[in-house]
Amino acid sequence: MSHQVPSIRMYVSVFLALLLFTATTVWVAGLDLGALNTPVALGIAITKGSLVILFFMGVRHNTPLTKTVAISGFLWLLILFSLGMNDYLTRGWLGIAGR
Amino acid sequence: MNDATVHQEPSYLGAPYGLAAWLLTKDHKRIAILYLISITIFFAIGAGFAATIRAELVTPQGDLVTADLYNKLFTLHGVVMIFFFLIPSIPAVLGNFFIPIMIGAKDLAFPRINLLSWYIYVIGAVITLSVVISGGLDTGWTFYAPFSSISSNTDVTTAAVGVFITGFSSILTGFNFIVTVHRMRAPGMTWFRLPLFVWANYATSLIFILGTPVVAITVLLVAAERGLHLGIFDPRIGGDPVLFQHLFWFYSHPAVYIMILPGMGVISELVANVSRKQIFGYSFVAFSSIAIAIIGFLVWGHHMFVSSQSIYAGLVFSIITMLVAVPSAVKTFNWTATMYRGSITWDSPLFWVLGFMGLFLVGGLTGLFLGTMGLDVHLHDTYFVVAHFHYIMVGGGVTAFLGGLHFYWPKMTGRMYSEPLAKVSAMLVFFGFNLTFFPQFILGYMGMPRRYHAYPPEFQVLNVMSTGGAMVLGTGYFLILIYLLYSLFKGPKAPANPWGATGLEWQLQSPPITHNFHEIPVVTEEAYDYLHAPAPQLAIPASPREVTHE
Repeated sequence: MSHQVPSIRMYVSVFLALLLFTATTVWVAGLDLGALNTPVALGIAITKGSLVILFFMGVRHNTPLTKTVAISGFLWLLILFSLGMNDYLTRGWLGIAGR
Repeated sequence: MNDATVHQEPSYLGAPYGLAAWLLTKDHKRIAILYLISITIFFAIGAGFAATIRAELVTPQGDLVTADLYNKLFTLHGVVMIFFFLIPSIPAVLGNFFIPIMIGAKDLAFPRINLLSWYIYVIGAVITLSVVISGGLDTGWTFYAPFSSISSNTDVTTAAVGVFITGFSSILTGFNFIVTVHRMRAPGMTWFRLPLFVWANYATSLIFILGTPVVAITVLLVAAERGLHLGIFDPRIGGDPVLFQHLFWFYSHPAVYIMILPGMGVISELVANVSRKQIFGYSFVAFSSIAIAIIGFLVWGHHMFVSSQSIYAGLVFSIITMLVAVPSAVKTFNWTATMYRGSITWDSPLFWVLGFMGLFLVGGLTGLFLGTMGLDVHLHDTYFVVAHFHYIMVGGGVTAFLGGLHFYWPKMTGRMYSEPLAKVSAMLVFFGFNLTFFPQFILGYMGMPRRYHAYPPEFQVLNVMSTGGAMVLGTGYFLILIYLLYSLFKGPKAPANPWGATGLEWQLQSPPITHNFHEIPVVTEEAYDYLHAPAPQLAIPASPREVTHE
């Protein structure tokens, strides 16, 4: 394993960032951003997830194999979404309900 | 090591003795035995449900059990057989036992996690089966929403929690296998010297860790919708029932490959041995396992052609379904080519190999029927589907498991079983299986729907044939249980290499010592080097008057 040993300071910084984003989530939940409601909530969630994966799970400084494993998880999520949306986005094409 | 009479060291089966030593063991071989005992119990329970179903279907009237009870019987048959027998069968038993040995390691990468996965499996199974006394489960093993999430009056929540917990067992096992194969191969054991059984279980492990979380969360969402009335699958509160099917089949179609891929790995080992030849096209067979694992994730929508999924999505899923047949066909052709001009040995493993190839072929080809949209509209939810997936999962999966169990039994237990009885049982299982399930193809084609306890009288002859076949099949399975148990006490002692096979596992004594190897071996040979394989060794009679294995 060639990855560096992360410092306590880094862990504390990431933890504080996660707390900040959690507070932001609560604050944003009280605002009406219209069409941006969901994208903003998802954006915060993705940022928090990325911080956990990159720093707490140590992927940022890990081996290419570990990074490949982490990326493949997202690739599989993409498969689920893209082939799933392949159904939802084409349901109206024939103009017959259920087809 | 080729001399069968060499001094035996204490094996993993010996000290430390006692129940606690077994229940707290970290030895991958003992954990495999714990799994073997567990899945045998669950197989018996699942078979009991199946026997009642087949007894009910002898007559058209639905006179043995009520419709409600019938729903619960086929549901629990499916849940038990899939989640608690088929999925863990080959990986958790043969994989656990042999993957470390095959790669020249002393154990899996995480022995404690390995034991934890068995405990999680047992806890999940007990919770799931507790529904038998808390109202049953009538959703089918597929838990289709919104029936499961709002309509069913049975104990869906408990079963969902049980299945959710069991999923972690699969994830941990897959994770353990992947790390072990990457990190613990012996010097010289390159990726392309790995036995194909290891490749197959590696591919299966990818499905375990990539797919299982999805179904675990999906069944938990069903439980959440039942308990908290969240609008996820119920259209009346903003949910989408087809979303359940997408999420469920995203895992559950690859789960079919969880059940068959390890079986393909077993058959690759057996084919090379019974043919005494190097596997034809080793790298193609190895990569076809990975291809099946990946493409298997892209075809789930073929279960949903009549679900109100869009017809364009159906087209895409149908086309990709045809693709997944290619790597399966690669394996089948390569096994056949391996046998061609091989030096075929008529030991009992050959019978299981031939049985597997015939039954898997029928199961695979009828899968193409069902992957074709137009035909599936006619055949969907009929007995044709029941026959198809039993040909794959029982004809393929269980036959391969039993073949592997017979092949590796001497190594696992240190005892030989009766060869004539093993051949008889293999033939009983083959004929019994075909008699049970082939009539169901015809029934389905004629339009008999699945999951009903009564049916029109014109279907009775084929149903009686099917039930008669189930009795033959059950006899075959029971015979195996008897002579394998008998062999533990009275069977001749197994030599290190009764089949004259290649591979590190056959260089160890039978049964192996606790840490497999005194020193990590250095691998210098290609896999399946049968040109230089040792001759089969004779068994050592348990008493001087017993006949030796030949």
